[in-house]
Amino acid sequence: MNLEFKVEGGDFTLAGNASSQIKKMLKQLNIDPKIVKRVVIALYEAEVNIVAHAYRGIITAEIDPHGVRLKLEDEGPGIPDIEKAMTPGFSTASEQVREMGFGAGMGLPNISENADDFRIESEVGKGTTLYINYNF
Amino acid sequence: MNVKDVVERLSLNVFSATEALDREVTGGYASDLLSDVMGHAQEGHIWITLQTHKNIMAVASLKDLAAIVLVKGFEPDKDTMELSVKEGIPVLGTKMQAFELAGKLYEMLK
Repeated sequence: MNLEFKVEGGDFTLAGNASSQIKKMLKQLNIDPKIVKRVVIALYEAEVNIVAHAYRGIITAEIDPHGVRLKLEDEGPGIPDIEKAMTPGFSTASEQVREMGFGAGMGLPNISENADDFRIESEVGKGTTLYINYNF
Repeated sequence: MNVKDVVERLSLNVFSATEALDREVTGGYASDLLSDVMGHAQEGHIWITLQTHKNIMAVASLKDLAAIVLVKGFEPDKDTMELSVKEGIPVLGTKMQAFELAGKLYEMLK
């Protein structure tokens, strides 16, 4: 099964919608709740990253008997130094985003901790793509 | 223990989702960083925070939290309350600050 969602950059009123839809679908498919919990954490962080940093993005979720594969592809500024971006506490979020309780530099580490397999591809000035995978 | 017991024993206000006060409480988590709550709160926890915008409901729903308590007299935004009703997760409030509320809740739940 394939699901696809569009995410608009800067629109915090809808942040989490795609994650919520995908969570509902995983529950309907009776996926192990332990895996659903990990998917939800990683997916929400990645979705918020698009809202907080990119102009727009597309989230696709592929669910089959072997596992869950998430791809979050955005058009945005890209990440110049991925290793630095992965450092807990490092953030480039705006003051406004931080006041809302986002942008504490915990997003990418949270994704990494809650994925079976996690990969970032990024090109400065173009955008970033995250691949987050889970095996059943 | 359910949310209603907590509301009654700590004299909390109920801002929204009164019909969902029977949700089971398994513990609590105090933080104003949404990623921290996403990463570390557990299903059935009561979340203590001073964030009032609607994204707290998205987090509470995704994590299946029991309720949110706003401290220091903060009140939820209108769209936060709407989402609270829709998700069936109560938003509560107190004049207490987070340290005091967390202490009392911890004593009740330990």
